[in-house]
Amino acid sequence: MDKKGRVGLGIIGLLLGILWLFPFYLIVTNSFKTPKGIFASVLSFPHPSTGDNYVNSFKALNFIGSLTNSLIITVCSVLLIILCSSMAAYALQRNHSKLSGGILMLFISAMLIPFQSVMIPLTANFGAVHFLNMWGLVIMYLGFDASLSVFLYQGTLASIPIAMDESAEIEGASRWQIFTKVIFPMLSPITVTVAILNIIAIWNDYLLPSLVLPQAQYTIPLQMFNFFGEYTKQWHLALAGITLSIIPVIIFYLFAQKWIIKGVTDGAVK
Amino acid sequence: MKNKSLSFWLFLTPTLVALALVVFIPVLEGLFYSFTDWDGLRFTKVVGFQNYITLFQDKAFINAFWFTVGFVIVTVIMLNVIGLGLALLVTQKFKGNNFLRTIFFMPNMIGGLILGFIWQFIFTQGFQALGNALHMDWLQNWLTNEVTGFWGLVIVTVWQMSGYIMIIYIAYLQNIPNEIIEAAKIDGASAWQRFTKITFPMIAPAFTVCMFLTLSNGFKIYDQNLSLTNGGPYNSTQMLAMDIVNTAYNSGNFALSEAKAIIFFIIVAAISLLQVAYNRKREEDL
Repeated sequence: MDKKGRVGLGIIGLLLGILWLFPFYLIVTNSFKTPKGIFASVLSFPHPSTGDNYVNSFKALNFIGSLTNSLIITVCSVLLIILCSSMAAYALQRNHSKLSGGILMLFISAMLIPFQSVMIPLTANFGAVHFLNMWGLVIMYLGFDASLSVFLYQGTLASIPIAMDESAEIEGASRWQIFTKVIFPMLSPITVTVAILNIIAIWNDYLLPSLVLPQAQYTIPLQMFNFFGEYTKQWHLALAGITLSIIPVIIFYLFAQKWIIKGVTDGAVK
Repeated sequence: MKNKSLSFWLFLTPTLVALALVVFIPVLEGLFYSFTDWDGLRFTKVVGFQNYITLFQDKAFINAFWFTVGFVIVTVIMLNVIGLGLALLVTQKFKGNNFLRTIFFMPNMIGGLILGFIWQFIFTQGFQALGNALHMDWLQNWLTNEVTGFWGLVIVTVWQMSGYIMIIYIAYLQNIPNEIIEAAKIDGASAWQRFTKITFPMIAPAFTVCMFLTLSNGFKIYDQNLSLTNGGPYNSTQMLAMDIVNTAYNSGNFALSEAKAIIFFIIVAAISLLQVAYNRKREEDL
């Protein structure tokens, strides 16, 4: 392409980039304004600016508490999903029988069932055994997210020759040792993909936790929803809350960007 | 690993049990309850297809259905056109193309609930300010009626998801061998001809994947709907997923909600599978 074309594309890109970032600009600048300041001008830079909104919304959101809850739930769920679905995929892929084919179809068909079809009996059942809390939620995430994860692991396992298993077996390794010492380390690229896809989905989930969690275990999205109900139309506080709640996500994104893009690509393409 | 061996089942059991507890048992229960007068705790009798008859007479459900269908049609087209457009843009060689990918994808990291709140501010306060400054009345009172509520939801979804769709198109665009494009250039094909005759047919599988994702995602949208308009005014912007949730938890009509959810499942599954079958056939024809 000639230089002129490149400059032209650069300008189009720049304009689109600004358009995409503009919502962030509005949220962040207004989060530093007083209610009067927002009323006077939404588009301008904060003048005078205040950090009080952050102090107040930090408390009202119980930010440390909800951040901790979000972290515990996401980390535990993702670790459990990685462990269980890689094991399940290994069992299914290394065993070519009608039974394992049938079980794999079962996993895939579960992906089609929308959450609304199961939510009421699900919460009723877990409630009956007093499991409507973050540990019940972790088990639910395993059930809901195992399908895609097993599917992704299964595809990768097909490309790892069975000779790897056999040579380890000859050397006297148990099935568990073969899996943990030989196979699982070879799966690390797809493990990153599985982790990324699940982290994004679980961290941001609202509906399921809202049906499951008691208030003391509220995650960031749940706190955010409550906070909005309480401070309706107090945009100066709400915007500071929004900005606070997206900071961890943006940090994670900028830090893990390379793997996130790869994970999303693999997840959709495979 | 032998079929009936102990290790086969030990490896499989945790996941199978979770899947059964969370998906298969509840979906069968739900299917059964949809034929009863279940109130979330107990039922007194089996009512046959009564709930299924009721839901087709339920104005809120019918309205949510058509609203959702319209939303899906518009967003599927816009997301694929814009997603592919962004992908074509950032795969060109110019300064800052990698940085742009980062920006276009960023909204995807933020959950639907918070996205809806962000845009509620922009539509109500930002558009108001802009409308005053530019003397454009149509920017005022956004989200207060069905039409602007509809377009509000479309804008939020496009802002959020087009970066995701872009990433998938990029993956397929990068698989096109450069020699083919170069050869076409030497043969004198214009940029438009190269796009329609080479690029587009070669990314047909990407189109299938993206259609499936945008279609099934569009039907299932809930969080954005809840935080942007909460279905209002007067349920006019309530989508299917939200109508089902509200039928259960706001109206306490659990059996009817379950019947709606089963119909929802059938609609989404049928459309998704038909779409994939159709596009696979199209891929072969190309």
